Amino acid sequence: MSTRTAFRDVPRLEDPALLTGRARFVDDIRPPGTLHAAFLRSPFAHAAIRAIDASAARAMPGVHLVLTAADLAPHLAQTRLRVALPSPAFRQTLDRPVLAEAEVVHVGEAVAIIVADDRYLAEDALALVEVEYDPLPVVADCVAALEDGAPTAHQGAPHNLVGEFTLGFGDPDAAFAGAAVTVRAVLAQHRGVAHSMECRGLIAIPDLVEDRLTVWSSTQTPHVARRMLCDILGLAEDRIRVATPDVGGGFGPKLVFYPEEVAVAAAARLLHRPVKWIEDRREHFIASTQERDQVWDVELATDAEGRILGLRGAMIHDHGAWTARGLNVAYGAVSAMPLAYIVPAYRIHSRSAVTNKVPVTPIRGAGQPQGVFAMERLLDRAAQALGMDRAEIRRRNLVPAAAMPYATPLRTRGGMQVVLYSGDYPRCMAEALARAEWDGFAQRQAAARAEGRSLGIGLANYVEGTGRGPFEHVSLRLEPSGRIFVATGAAPMGQGTRTMLAQLVAEQLGGDMANVEVSAGDTATSPLGLGGFNSRQAVMAGTSAHVAALRVRQRVLEVAASLLETAEADLEIEGRAVRVAGTGLSVTLAEVARAAAGLPGFALPGGKAGIAAAEEVVIDPMTYANGSCVAEVELDAGTGNVTIRRLSFVHDCGRALHPRIVDGQVLGGITHGIGNALFEWMGFDAEAQPVTTNLAEYLLVSATEMPMEISIGHVESPTPLNPLGIKGVGESGVIPVAAAIASAVEDALSPFGARIDRVPITPQDVVAAILGRSAP
Amino acid sequence: MSEDRSLARRVACMVNGAPRAADVSVRRTLADYLRHDLGLTGTHLGCEHGVCGACTVLVDGLAVRACLMLAVQAEGCAVTTVEGIALDATTLHPLQAAFARHHALQCGFCTPGILTTLLAFLAEVPDPSSAAVRQAISGNLCRCTGYEPIIAATLEAAAQMRRPA
Repeated sequence: MSTRTAFRDVPRLEDPALLTGRARFVDDIRPPGTLHAAFLRSPFAHAAIRAIDASAARAMPGVHLVLTAADLAPHLAQTRLRVALPSPAFRQTLDRPVLAEAEVVHVGEAVAIIVADDRYLAEDALALVEVEYDPLPVVADCVAALEDGAPTAHQGAPHNLVGEFTLGFGDPDAAFAGAAVTVRAVLAQHRGVAHSMECRGLIAIPDLVEDRLTVWSSTQTPHVARRMLCDILGLAEDRIRVATPDVGGGFGPKLVFYPEEVAVAAAARLLHRPVKWIEDRREHFIASTQERDQVWDVELATDAEGRILGLRGAMIHDHGAWTARGLNVAYGAVSAMPLAYIVPAYRIHSRSAVTNKVPVTPIRGAGQPQGVFAMERLLDRAAQALGMDRAEIRRRNLVPAAAMPYATPLRTRGGMQVVLYSGDYPRCMAEALARAEWDGFAQRQAAARAEGRSLGIGLANYVEGTGRGPFEHVSLRLEPSGRIFVATGAAPMGQGTRTMLAQLVAEQLGGDMANVEVSAGDTATSPLGLGGFNSRQAVMAGTSAHVAALRVRQRVLEVAASLLETAEADLEIEGRAVRVAGTGLSVTLAEVARAAAGLPGFALPGGKAGIAAAEEVVIDPMTYANGSCVAEVELDAGTGNVTIRRLSFVHDCGRALHPRIVDGQVLGGITHGIGNALFEWMGFDAEAQPVTTNLAEYLLVSATEMPMEISIGHVESPTPLNPLGIKGVGESGVIPVAAAIASAVEDALSPFGARIDRVPITPQDVVAAILGRSAP
Repeated sequence: MSEDRSLARRVACMVNGAPRAADVSVRRTLADYLRHDLGLTGTHLGCEHGVCGACTVLVDGLAVRACLMLAVQAEGCAVTTVEGIALDATTLHPLQAAFARHHALQCGFCTPGILTTLLAFLAEVPDPSSAAVRQAISGNLCRCTGYEPIIAATLEAAAQMRRPA
């Protein structure tokens, strides 16, 4: 199908401003009179607050306001952030306070806000606040948290179990009883930090004339932020506007509504001045949500041919100290585990444990990397037990293309059946194996071993839930200038969301993307919105934009036909005009818009006013994308260094709206996955004190750690769930990478019989694995 | 600023070819001076401890981390920020244009520091290998792109920049 702007590598609308320093991130918004906030944070993982003396800070020149929980409470309609997604699996309510009240439950929890003339002074004043803490027993580990007699992470709590559910189908115990092969593993994936290069931040600007508050926030969910601010500050929705400026990456934690947003907004209202808070990197380590600590104890049963008969086990998820989102990460992890394969019987008992650590919410992948890691590690073990090639056992169990649509027995957190509508998982794996030259690897490995070099290869498949519904708002209107104005509740964080929407709108309305203005993530321009998370915006906002654009197109043609006194079928929209095909006759979009705007006493073309459409296309089922990853590594036996020689990734996100952006999303995800596999370790000591709070201690992947060769391939299986045939891609790359690299490192270590059961795999792990067998 | 005036100094320097000056506290970083005193918000702060490279600017042609340098140390220097890279108001520098063509930026927050780092590098090494470009940006963190498009864009721009005008 020939297209003008959609499904093509058009230039991104975002790039010129970003490349020349003209972009506007939240800290670039600097209205006159702005004051600056800093937060006093808990130095203890768990302590009672006996007293706070802020008198010296309040007396410091340049300080305008100091608020503790007690100072703030009279100004709030509610003092807790009620953000939990509903679930029958909750066993405790853990809504976090705006500022810590009688107790702090993780290092970094906000205790007081100080507002001063500038950030330097605000931070000076932090040192003048005296807090009397009484340290309490600390829960530093999610497994220990659930043992009998464990101290509780919150004083007075009955236990540390915040949520519990069993997800399953079939009869796994019967499957295991009749199995030819059973394997078991205890597996762990580690907590990391999102590390968008721009940290969180907001500026709250009061409008005294109208008693309104404008909040510019680096958030993925502006509409949720407005609702929460209204609830907590006790204001009607029209009193608060939340808008997103350019956002310097999200990766999950910016979807969460945070205590700092309330405290800053409240301070601005109390001071009648703009108040800004920009999270610094150290705060990002201790106050922005984290993810991935899970411990899985799982078993897989197969028949003698390696066909999966059943999966069962238990998983413990580290929830952190508060419920900042829900039980969704644990649910997503357990749901993801079996999804790529035909699994007749499944049962995982999941428990979420409260710990005295930073709250846990989705980071790119949102539990799915852990579920895939568990599945893929077990498949490697089963292949080993069967003496079967690791690709072959997967080939025998992947959901075949002929089975699509494949209705799994699983249900989403909202109770909807998980149906895999489209995809060819075996083909994706076959293409990834071909790119990786899997079949020739044994010779490469043997040749390298003869030279004393240690190579390994590994693979992993995944199926990913994308396009979380139920809707995203998009409205279009043709303005009297001839410009097309698009507003959406979708919230860009750097993926090119404006470009994506403009592509779809321009496709139907003349093909001139420069004539499309997109307002995204602003409660002033969109009445409804869910925002950016769960690889959803191209699917949900894209579909609404497409349908709205078709309606506007129809209306443009109707009005133009009336003006040109011709049939709609003879018209085409070209650039900023509507032309009568084969003639010189045309009318501009501006003239069309003006005609539809009406004149007093004259009939409207088509009998309707204006040219606009608003859509919230409802798509309840998630659309499932998939992919396969093969990693080839080389180990340095002396240093334990792991070099990724080649990484081959073939994925299927349906039709690609912008192939280059799709590649960019996949590659960015792969890079994050490499970090999770080999580098990113958020350390805490036994007292849950974070020990990696800067980017020298916590290692992000830099250019020199990238694979020596990366090969990305695409298979396009359009989904029938939306008219564009598209699936989400934002999180795809990260999901299988840690599993594939663990598989490869284990393969390289096979002469030593070492097992890789957790990530990140550090050089120490590699050296220990080698010495474990070879050392005397 | 309401800080102690005795600790304030007038800092004057050439920024993007124009003379600029402001009274700042002696502890003010160069990054905050550029962003908050001169209004040049294209320079971004990613870590404020010298690791991520987002705040990199050119001081007398050398790439420096503006979060680790004090404003007072820039007195009399020539500073180039991302706002000063484009050839003119409508023409991107070849490196900027190559970044757009190769999708070498997504959120764009780290991009200003990567551009300045690479400009200093290409001035020294006009015909670099891919490995040398990789090394040159190994002190710049990007969470979005996976770096490969940045390396491809740089090699293409370097080739263009070598051609006689």
